[in-house]
Amino acid sequence: MSMIHVRTTVNGDEIEFVCDPRETMLDALRDRLALTGAKEGCGTGDCGACSITLNGRLVCACLMLAAEAEGGEIGTVEGIADGENLHALQRKFLEHAALQCGVCTPGILVAAKSLLERNKNPSETEIRYWLAGNLCRCTGYDKIVRAVSDAAQELRECA
Amino acid sequence: MPLDEATHKEFKVVGTRPLRPDGVDKVTGRAMFGADMSAPGMLHAAILRSPHAHARIVGIDVSRALAASGVKAVVTRPDFAGDLKGESWNVLENVMASDRALYDGHAVAAVAATTQLAARDALKLIDVEYQPLPHVTDVDEAMRKEAPTIREGVADASVPKGMHPNVVRYHESGHGDVEKGFQEADLVLERKFRTEAAHQGYIEPHACLAQMGPDSKGELWCCTQGHFNVAKVCASLLGIDASQLRVTASEIGGGFGGKTTVFIEPVALALSRKTNRPVKIVMNRAEVFRATGPTSSSSINVKIGMTKNGRITAGEGEFRLQGGAFPGSPMEFAAMCAFAPYSLEHVRNVGWDVICNRPKQAAYRAPGSPMGAFAVESVIDELCNELGLDTIEVRLKNASREGTKASFGPKFDRIGLVETLEAAKAHPHYSASLKSGQGRGVSCGFWFNHSGETAVSLALSEDGTVSVSVGTPDIGGSRASIGLMAAEALGIDYEKVRTTIADTATLGYNDISHGSRVTYASGLATIKAASDTIDKLCSRAAEEWGIDREAVVWEEGHARPAGPNAGDFEPMSLARIASRMGRTGGPIVGHYETTPEGAGVSFATHLVDAEVDRETGATKILRYTVVQDAGKAIHPSYVEGQYQGGAAQGIGWALNEEYIYGEDGRLQNAGFLDYRIPVASDLPMIDTVIIEVPNPGHPYGVRGVGETSICPPLAAIANAVSNAAGVRLTELPMSPPRILKALDEAENG
Repeated sequence: MSMIHVRTTVNGDEIEFVCDPRETMLDALRDRLALTGAKEGCGTGDCGACSITLNGRLVCACLMLAAEAEGGEIGTVEGIADGENLHALQRKFLEHAALQCGVCTPGILVAAKSLLERNKNPSETEIRYWLAGNLCRCTGYDKIVRAVSDAAQELRECA
Repeated sequence: MPLDEATHKEFKVVGTRPLRPDGVDKVTGRAMFGADMSAPGMLHAAILRSPHAHARIVGIDVSRALAASGVKAVVTRPDFAGDLKGESWNVLENVMASDRALYDGHAVAAVAATTQLAARDALKLIDVEYQPLPHVTDVDEAMRKEAPTIREGVADASVPKGMHPNVVRYHESGHGDVEKGFQEADLVLERKFRTEAAHQGYIEPHACLAQMGPDSKGELWCCTQGHFNVAKVCASLLGIDASQLRVTASEIGGGFGGKTTVFIEPVALALSRKTNRPVKIVMNRAEVFRATGPTSSSSINVKIGMTKNGRITAGEGEFRLQGGAFPGSPMEFAAMCAFAPYSLEHVRNVGWDVICNRPKQAAYRAPGSPMGAFAVESVIDELCNELGLDTIEVRLKNASREGTKASFGPKFDRIGLVETLEAAKAHPHYSASLKSGQGRGVSCGFWFNHSGETAVSLALSEDGTVSVSVGTPDIGGSRASIGLMAAEALGIDYEKVRTTIADTATLGYNDISHGSRVTYASGLATIKAASDTIDKLCSRAAEEWGIDREAVVWEEGHARPAGPNAGDFEPMSLARIASRMGRTGGPIVGHYETTPEGAGVSFATHLVDAEVDRETGATKILRYTVVQDAGKAIHPSYVEGQYQGGAAQGIGWALNEEYIYGEDGRLQNAGFLDYRIPVASDLPMIDTVIIEVPNPGHPYGVRGVGETSICPPLAAIANAVSNAAGVRLTELPMSPPRILKALDEAENG
């Protein structure tokens, strides 16, 4: 089967790769671009561990074909920190111990950042419903909700 | 010196909440989990699985697959060791079927190819001729006379004569005379309960990268709770020497007991041996559900007698647990834990381990205990309701204390059950008012906790920093708690310590990260390794000062003369001694190896409020409070995390999660959409209360906390739902159809 050539932007960097027409964006990120921050927890869009943004919109990389990245802008967990400076969400996740195993964390951070870009002051309910597509099996979500809420407050105060 | 004499009362860093050492890696996507590792020249493998619940494998033709483009090798059962017995044979049979497929999803062959897509495509070219056989997936049905026999000759000597060959182990425990006890009661209730199998539901599917050559020397990278065990088991299954296989534990994306055994690792090694190339296997989610170990499903009868003033006069339980097609269901743990919170004069438990056509069960967080607690704590709740008694007062009246003869035999050492009950009673949650349609549930829970083989090494750097090597994979923040204990013991800053999970070639054998043992056992060994290091540090100082070793003490990170008679010397810091160690005798490394005794059992009491929608049968958890004895919380944030996580998993098990098998014996919900674990919008905040009744078996008083937190939720939620609905729910999960059925039966007889 002939491969497809894709030209796209990942975390601001212009990137080209070739892929199988059946290949998902998640596989292209992980296996072709060595960006293994996005995880495959299910491959069916149920767990959110592969959350990325496509043109600013939150998507599951496992439900997107790699070829669909052509001409788009992809954002992944690797692009959240600004050099050595962690994003407020990343710092708050550490301060609140909002991760145990940490495998869902990349997807949750991408999703939470997407929430805070749309809603600077989300309620607990809004945080819970926005993150309902991101499964965490370790924490019971309590500390995650607190970390997102605290990060939102800090970002509001710094704005 | 007995360990309890070393129990510290005052701590400097233990009990604080520093950032975890692996934190930045995990919030930036840099942390390397099982599927994140690659190797040059790597092949990808995929596994062909049985579509039948039970079938004879007449033949496997791999010729078409081998001829496909990109395919490098296929392995089937003859590619593994042929001389195994007992549990090793069971594990291999589960990893790769021999002449029979024993459950839907049972592995029958595996392909290695140049790409993952090529490997998956090639699976369709393997021709397996199956002869379907009758199957059974329900524990009660598997015990009936007419049930098909899964495998002959599996039963051990414990099974009474006349039982179905599917009953493979039998257990009895207890003391006193239950019939006499029941006669003393004012009210005796007997109820039957059922729980469905729940999966651990870790978000990271099993993944590994294997490299092995024809010289039988190998390297394995995998997500596991116990890489030393992986090395041992894989070596056995492949017929190679354990020391020739070096296993490195990746970061692990959740395990909860499910990653305590092997599934894909021996397969990747066999393919690597055959191709002489690195081979990577990553399970997909459906494979995780169909072919790894969920917990057992259970069928339980419990009978309890109580006096009008709330004294339990006798308790009796019958526990039937299926563990898939192999022996090993945790029926004895269900039986031993069920009545453990209570001091009973008369108690009797029996258990049956049953095989059927399901995947081989694996440990899931306090295996067996949640089901036992569900049954016993539900009956206690019903007795309290019938007799008009307060549920916490009754539990306090009957609570196990230090010196109580446990329902499973030994006498309890110092335990904290009463403290959890008192704290629950005093918590504002317990006295908060409820609205119509809402109900409150209470339950206690118990877990033994485990110790296990443990080896820790602690090496100093010349700049005075410390590297701690442990052999227990970090499944929930243990590197932080190990670092805290090392810093405390040495009297240095937490930031000066780095804790690493060492590979199997670097450290002595370490038992798996299971049984809530890591903070206890690796923590104990870390503190002892620090003592060994301190001894060496003091010796160096003594030599330099020209005084006896006994004249030097270690205080606040410094060697000091023991008193005025020892001499007048400036205290020497760890950093100063370390900076000169190359000239004063060489590297300073402390170590400790042990199989400690004294893990210290743990108890919890949970409070939960639930609301039941009588039209839809849906349940909402309104409020949840966990009260649990941690002995000593080394890093309280991660202790709270274990409490909250256990409660959340219990909520899923109680309300939603279940393995659903069709008439054909195939699993119908092998995905996160249909096997629904709790999502953020399903849950409330989960309040936690950490009780600290020190464990005399640990220098700092630690008790494991990981598992006890899932013991009470099933019963606590069932009691809340039953009290809200006004009808007793005895079957899990309490999904909307089950609740509607129970409401309908209550209203219409």
